[in-house]
Amino acid sequence: MTTTVAATAGERTGRAVQATMAQALGRALRDAMAEDPAVHVLGEDVGTLGGVFRVTDGLAKEFGDDRCTDTPLAEAGILGAAVGMAMYGLRPVVEMQFDAFAYPAFEQLVSHVAKMRNRTMGAMPLPITVRIPYGGGIGGVEHHSDSSEAYYMATAGLHVVTPATVEDAYGLLRASIASDDPVVFLEPKRLYWAKAAWSPEAPAAVEPIGRAVVRRPGSSATLITYGPSLPVCLEAAEAATAEGWDLEVVDLRSLVPFDDETVAASVRRTGRAVVVHESPGFAGPGGEIAARITERCFHHLEAPVLRVAGFDIPYPPPMQERHHLPGVDRVLDAVARLQWEAES
Amino acid sequence: MTVQELAGAAAYRPTPPPAWKPLTDPAPLLPDPEPYRVLGTDAAAGVDPDLLLRLYAELVRGRRYNAQATALTKQGRLAVYPSSTGQEACEVAAALVLEERDWLFPSYRDTLAAVARGLDPVEALTLLRGDRHTGYDPREHRIAPLCTPLATQLPHAVGLAHAARLKGDDVVALAMVGDGGTSEGDFHEALNFAAVWRAPVVFLVQNNGFAISVPLAKQTAAPSLAHKAVGYGMPGRLVDGNDAAAMHQVLAEAVARARSGEGPTLVEALTYRMDAHTNADDATRYRGDDEVEAWRAHDPILLLERELTGRGLLDEEGAGTVREAAERMAADLRDQMNADPPLDPMDLFSHVYEEPTGQLREQEARLRDELEAEHGPHGSETEEAR
Ligand SMILES: Cc1ncc(C[n+]2csc(CCOP(=O)(O)OP(=O)(O)O)c2C)c(N)n1
Repeated sequence: MTTTVAATAGERTGRAVQATMAQALGRALRDAMAEDPAVHVLGEDVGTLGGVFRVTDGLAKEFGDDRCTDTPLAEAGILGAAVGMAMYGLRPVVEMQFDAFAYPAFEQLVSHVAKMRNRTMGAMPLPITVRIPYGGGIGGVEHHSDSSEAYYMATAGLHVVTPATVEDAYGLLRASIASDDPVVFLEPKRLYWAKAAWSPEAPAAVEPIGRAVVRRPGSSATLITYGPSLPVCLEAAEAATAEGWDLEVVDLRSLVPFDDETVAASVRRTGRAVVVHESPGFAGPGGEIAARITERCFHHLEAPVLRVAGFDIPYPPPMQERHHLPGVDRVLDAVARLQWEAES
Repeated sequence: MTVQELAGAAAYRPTPPPAWKPLTDPAPLLPDPEPYRVLGTDAAAGVDPDLLLRLYAELVRGRRYNAQATALTKQGRLAVYPSSTGQEACEVAAALVLEERDWLFPSYRDTLAAVARGLDPVEALTLLRGDRHTGYDPREHRIAPLCTPLATQLPHAVGLAHAARLKGDDVVALAMVGDGGTSEGDFHEALNFAAVWRAPVVFLVQNNGFAISVPLAKQTAAPSLAHKAVGYGMPGRLVDGNDAAAMHQVLAEAVARARSGEGPTLVEALTYRMDAHTNADDATRYRGDDEVEAWRAHDPILLLERELTGRGLLDEEGAGTVREAAERMAADLRDQMNADPPLDPMDLFSHVYEEPTGQLREQEARLRDELEAEHGPHGSETEEAR
């Protein structure tokens, strides 16, 4: 499950450049394909065009149509074919063009991708990575901004991961492709063009998936978040210092498996927690996370675990999305509510 | 920023379409309106007698298997059984045309094809008994798990065949589906992918007249299901699904075509389901006895028997030997299925992920505690069962 790309810091001699998350993802695909001929990329427009977000740019040229394949336009067919390819020993990486267009493939995902290992008593694991651009904040018209993680999280047999940084985009994607289990790899659309200093020649060691990370240490409360909401939480944490709040920010990175240890350790330390995500709150990831925290940290909690989430509405039209997406103010409001006093 | 800007749409200029070649002559793709037949025609004389006898033995064994499995549902030994009685020629031919390296993608009704391919009869029934989802290693037998969601196994067959071809292996995948399943999106997507990729796949539709209770006329307005092939750019063949020799021949041709790189074929077998959909179904609600009786005269075993005896290839003694072998298989199956399968509840957690998640480990521990509270230290109970 673990792949080490260029292990130690000493080996990391490559010069850091400004790289986008989209480039880091593309680089991860390229390196995985170069290392293992079993890795195949397939999807709509992934070849000549390089994907509508250009993540697969150059792969068809470098590895040929057979390794980076423009498929017919049919999501169930794409994922279904990937199942058969994996059955024959390949490691397909499927690109779904947008979150809401992955739904036709849902049946294949739930009934076959997630279950094949279990159905065959371990004889036939399916090392498939399903890359899905997700989330809003980019002014997309309808069906281009869904946060669909709750559906995938509710499906046993899938790993669900999502990077929030350029470095993690590379590391998590390499780890996902290396995993013998299927991974739903959610790419936060609005972070595709976020830049960071990154050294593509010598990427950091790739960790196994399933570990959360503390992005900002703090002592007064923990913000638990992932993917597109990480920058929002970091900004909120900075703003909160003015109020005298020292917020810790935990980036989950992996929703399944869920890193109970990192989250619980943080909340035990701070005594307060807010879960932040942009997918709808009702029956959303935050409910599960809040329940897990309550089960583990009840006696350490100074206030109920709060959730800041998107409204329970179909994703709104682009001119309205800023009202829907949890922003810094909404996070800070929740933090303010953590100064909780029992109503007798 | 808009999606278009993010996606760099401005930089993308559609290129002029490449020279698009319409199919000048679709005729070779179109199925003959009459189903292809061998038995009872002059073509039968050309069929290898050994093949006919082999088919016969498998049909008789298959019929007995269906009867035995159905009986096992009545004894509570199988949760459910979708019988393929009446369709044995399709099942057997599908299994026999494949080489060892080829792959079979069966639906829930195709246990018999798996058994005819050589799968252990008990292993083939674990799904329907309810102790395992798939009681065999698909890679070892090159038989995909029996597929319950309709038509979803078809794109798998395409992907596998495509992967094999990319690796330079001359492997063919044969995928089975019912007439109702041809209405599912996955059927269309699979055919389209297979044709575009020229994947070495054979699609076998067993048109047995009904999808549970719904007759074909309510399923499709196409002149035949084989016609559907043409739109995807592959040949469609219509064949008498009760004629084992015709089934074998048509499927063997399609397999050869696939193996030689000419791409997929859609074969529609016209057959009839003599039993109800499963043991849980009441077929009298949607069809009359007269229809069933009419098909009895066209029974696959009868058709082959007539051919074999007519040509002096089979006598009463030979038929008796075949029946005895089938009887032994049935008795053996009965005996084995009469034993409770050993089950370890802890297996529930074994194959969800390569490494169980922390969440699963906790649940595993909880179940172990429950079992120990019930039975003492875990292990003793299952040891006994073994
Ligand atoms: C996707 C899906 N929808 C519904 C069902 C329930 N179902 C099981 S069998 C069946 C009828 C299938 O008929 P057909 O494809 O003709 O196959 P046959 O049973 O006749 O072999 C239905 C509707 C299912 N298994 N999968």
